[in-house]
Amino acid sequence: MAAPWLSLRLVAPMWNGTRGIHRLGGAVVPEGNQKKERTMLQFLTNHFYDVEALRGYLLQREMSKVHMKNRSFTWLEEQHGPYCAGAFFILKQGGAVKFRDKEWIRPDKYGHFSPEFWNFREVPVEAVDASDCEINYEGLDNLLLLKELQSLLLQRCPHVDDWCLSRLYPLADSLQELSLAGCPRVSERGLACLHHLQNLRRLDISDLPAVSNPGLTQILVEEMLPSCKVVGVDWAEGLKLGPEEQPQDTASPVLA
Amino acid sequence: MWEGNVWPSDPNYIPQTGMERCLRLRRRSSRSCLERPVILLPDTSHLPPEHSDVVIVGGGVLGLSVAYWLKKLENRRGGIRVLVVERDHTYSQASTGLSVGGICQQFSLPENIQLSLFSASFLRNINEYLAVTNAPPLDLQFNPSGYLLLASEKDAAAMESNVKVQKQEGAKVCLMSPDQLRNKFPWINTEGVALASYGMENEGWFDPWCLLQGLRQKVESMGVFFCQGEVTRFVSSSQRMLTTDDEMVILKRIHEVHVKMDHSLEYQPVECAIVINAAGAWSAQIAALAGIGKGPPGTLQGTKLPVEPRKRYVYVWHCPQGPGLATPLVADTSGAYFRREGLGSNYLGGRSPTEEEEPDPANLEVDHDFFQEKVWPHLALRVPAFETLKVQTAWAGYYDYNTFDQNGVVGPHPLVVNMYFATGFSGHGLQQAPGVGRAVAEMILQGSFQTIDLSSFLFNRFYLGEKTQEDNTM
Repeated sequence: MAAPWLSLRLVAPMWNGTRGIHRLGGAVVPEGNQKKERTMLQFLTNHFYDVEALRGYLLQREMSKVHMKNRSFTWLEEQHGPYCAGAFFILKQGGAVKFRDKEWIRPDKYGHFSPEFWNFREVPVEAVDASDCEINYEGLDNLLLLKELQSLLLQRCPHVDDWCLSRLYPLADSLQELSLAGCPRVSERGLACLHHLQNLRRLDISDLPAVSNPGLTQILVEEMLPSCKVVGVDWAEGLKLGPEEQPQDTASPVLA
Repeated sequence: MWEGNVWPSDPNYIPQTGMERCLRLRRRSSRSCLERPVILLPDTSHLPPEHSDVVIVGGGVLGLSVAYWLKKLENRRGGIRVLVVERDHTYSQASTGLSVGGICQQFSLPENIQLSLFSASFLRNINEYLAVTNAPPLDLQFNPSGYLLLASEKDAAAMESNVKVQKQEGAKVCLMSPDQLRNKFPWINTEGVALASYGMENEGWFDPWCLLQGLRQKVESMGVFFCQGEVTRFVSSSQRMLTTDDEMVILKRIHEVHVKMDHSLEYQPVECAIVINAAGAWSAQIAALAGIGKGPPGTLQGTKLPVEPRKRYVYVWHCPQGPGLATPLVADTSGAYFRREGLGSNYLGGRSPTEEEEPDPANLEVDHDFFQEKVWPHLALRVPAFETLKVQTAWAGYYDYNTFDQNGVVGPHPLVVNMYFATGFSGHGLQQAPGVGRAVAEMILQGSFQTIDLSSFLFNRFYLGEKTQEDNTM
């Protein structure tokens, strides 16, 4: 069967010079609803609320896909223990895990990973690389099963936001390295609740677009976590340029 | 006022409603029907509709929350017509916009804890609940820094039992001793502090204006009508009924709400089935219009709605040596509280005055002496760095203060059967708005509370004298 859109005549109405201006006007302005829509734009205009409902439905579907990915694996936890359940969650999302004294386990480009980790029931997970994964607040349920996690990389995760950071405090005893580089939703308000993680030795907060004042934030975070090396922006970035140089933009306003 | 074709003889007659103006034009046009056969209808676009299923009096966060949940939980799309009547579309005196914006689960009542937990999850998923096509996602500016409540010797036992209840309900709160406090927050002076409770998750503060705008946008997209006007009259009918003990009660039912337009005598009678009183600090006036409290004192007819406006001040100051980024919202033993505001060493806070010190709620003028004498000494005692602070600005707002037990009033009135309350939260209305909105919508659509049981917040308790007292109010 021919593609259904062909019947909509997606070709723009041709200006036929001999017919004159009035005919073209007739093609652009539909005479009542019975006239067939000549362009995709006219079709969409006539079905505005349907299109809006469709867009709303597609948005809800995207959100429910993310929720599905972040469901809790309580059954797996009962069967195979917390470390395997947490590792399975990360591997399913596309991240990598490293068990203590073992090699990194990564899924290949098809999403398949080796099932050897199911045997590591008692071996704690040391490091998790969840970069570019769609982990959100509910998914952290599974991540927090890994009680002895030492290194957590959450680079460029699109759904990690301030609420998620406020949930990391149970890992305070063991977590030594945390990377949040490139997360679009993390702001300085979420970074404020990292003060629970007193054992942190390395924190990467570079390239956070939602942080309003990267230089000042870096200084405040360094004050908050004195024994941690905070890798981020160069703190001089936020300073005003000297009088001999042309300032690029005005200094940030004093908060009222 | 006039019937049939008899035109009122008073030459200074001014038509009051849209209907009367229409009829005047019709009469005019019928006189000159040869020249002008077309009947011109006057422009009533500024008036609310003539019929509405639910009329919500008050367009603040509670009113909009009820409107949202009514539309969300209705069984059919477009099944319920909701009208929100707000007197001031700039929200200049509304408690929502002037609020400090905190959310915490550290209450003593399980219902309050559950409401607050639900609100936290609502705010966390706000872009799913309040998603509107083509609108940008909402940024609530939520600071998850938590609340730190300090208790002196005499309050320590109560705090411990409260924390137990909070943990049972699922709030993530922990108790801290003065040593642990000094360890964690070196800027604090623990003199006089016996115990502290610290909320670690789902607690903090956010931008209430953003929540209000988000709710407004979503609710408009769901088809709720808005009207800027003032409710001046309820037209109701009464019915005498006998209770099971053969006592006579008079049950009232509101049929019409008269909504008066701004700066005009024009009003529109809106025929309605249910009225929701979400008028905040002015709820008592709306209740009085409906006849609540008009009766001999001590009876159910004579029980007024005990909600009155109370003025509270919030001061903003700058202190460069003050507490760092990780500072929670600290509530001192004396009732003074403060929190950080932004990255620039600015703080804001205040203190609830005692009954004797209550300021006059006639206007929203700020009393700066109150800060000097009643707030600053306590702050400087608790945080020595605050001895050198500089006040930048201040504002005042109203609490819809429930003088009976400082907790909200939710649910229908026993005698005025179709008026529902969603008011009287005495300072924690903003953080409980999503939960309360859902509870009222469930009560209206399904007849009872389904998710969170707020039966202890019903109006009856004022007559029966049963207080649901909340210990942790600020």
